Amino acid sequence: MSLTVRTLFFASYRDLAGTPELPVELEEGARVQDLVQALRERGGGFSQLPEAPAVAVNRTYAPLSRPLAQDDEVAFIPPVAGG
Amino acid sequence: MVPEPPTSRIHARITSEPLDPAAALASARTDADGALLLFVGAVRNHADGRAVTGMRYDAYVDMAQEVLLGIAGEAAEELGSPRVWVEHRIGRLAIGEASVVIVSASPHRQESFDAVRYVIEEIKKRLPVWKKEEYVDGEEGWVAGRTPPGTGAAEVATGEQQAAEQGRGA
Repeated sequence: MSLTVRTLFFASYRDLAGTPELPVELEEGARVQDLVQALRERGGGFSQLPEAPAVAVNRTYAPLSRPLAQDDEVAFIPPVAGG
Repeated sequence: MVPEPPTSRIHARITSEPLDPAAALASARTDADGALLLFVGAVRNHADGRAVTGMRYDAYVDMAQEVLLGIAGEAAEELGSPRVWVEHRIGRLAIGEASVVIVSASPHRQESFDAVRYVIEEIKKRLPVWKKEEYVDGEEGWVAGRTPPGTGAAEVATGEQQAAEQGRGA
């Protein structure tokens, strides 16, 4: 069994990923930290993503231990600079 | 007879349209409000000793809209300011243009001062918005930001990093 999540990248993380959006397939039961690891292992700019980035799952900030579900929207959030 | 007090009014929006502070003030106030506070965050022409010619704002729009509405609601409920109006602009802004406009209107001044301060500080902490400075020499760079609370990144962020993140921006 596997699940697919939709990952979004913004600002400096988008520069690293080279794309605003990417579907990622993970094993059932995967958590945010597993997604981060899977992306970093893709190499290239992805390997420069932090080990513990800020992430939002379905538009709410979430810890790395957050379990993921099919079709979750997982956004990688660089340090924010509004105002 | 004392008029019936107006109900609480919250407005929050992420927009690519230019912001109009005077219109915001007029839109937020009611006849019950004796204290109208307006905060305008504007693009300035310098950063860390470098000349800046413009700023490009990017946002996770769907989430930023929800977070901004939540912040405005907290300011109203927890700080007791019944009218809170806030908009944050995205896209390319020229020097002097307003990037954020906050209005708080309440019967007395204390609640309005508290609410406006709360909204701008929370925007800095957790609104998923980023900005890229454009320098006079043609270079550009993302402005160093702050790690939002409630994430894995916040768990590992050091006090030193957090201290370095203070005092940046508007």
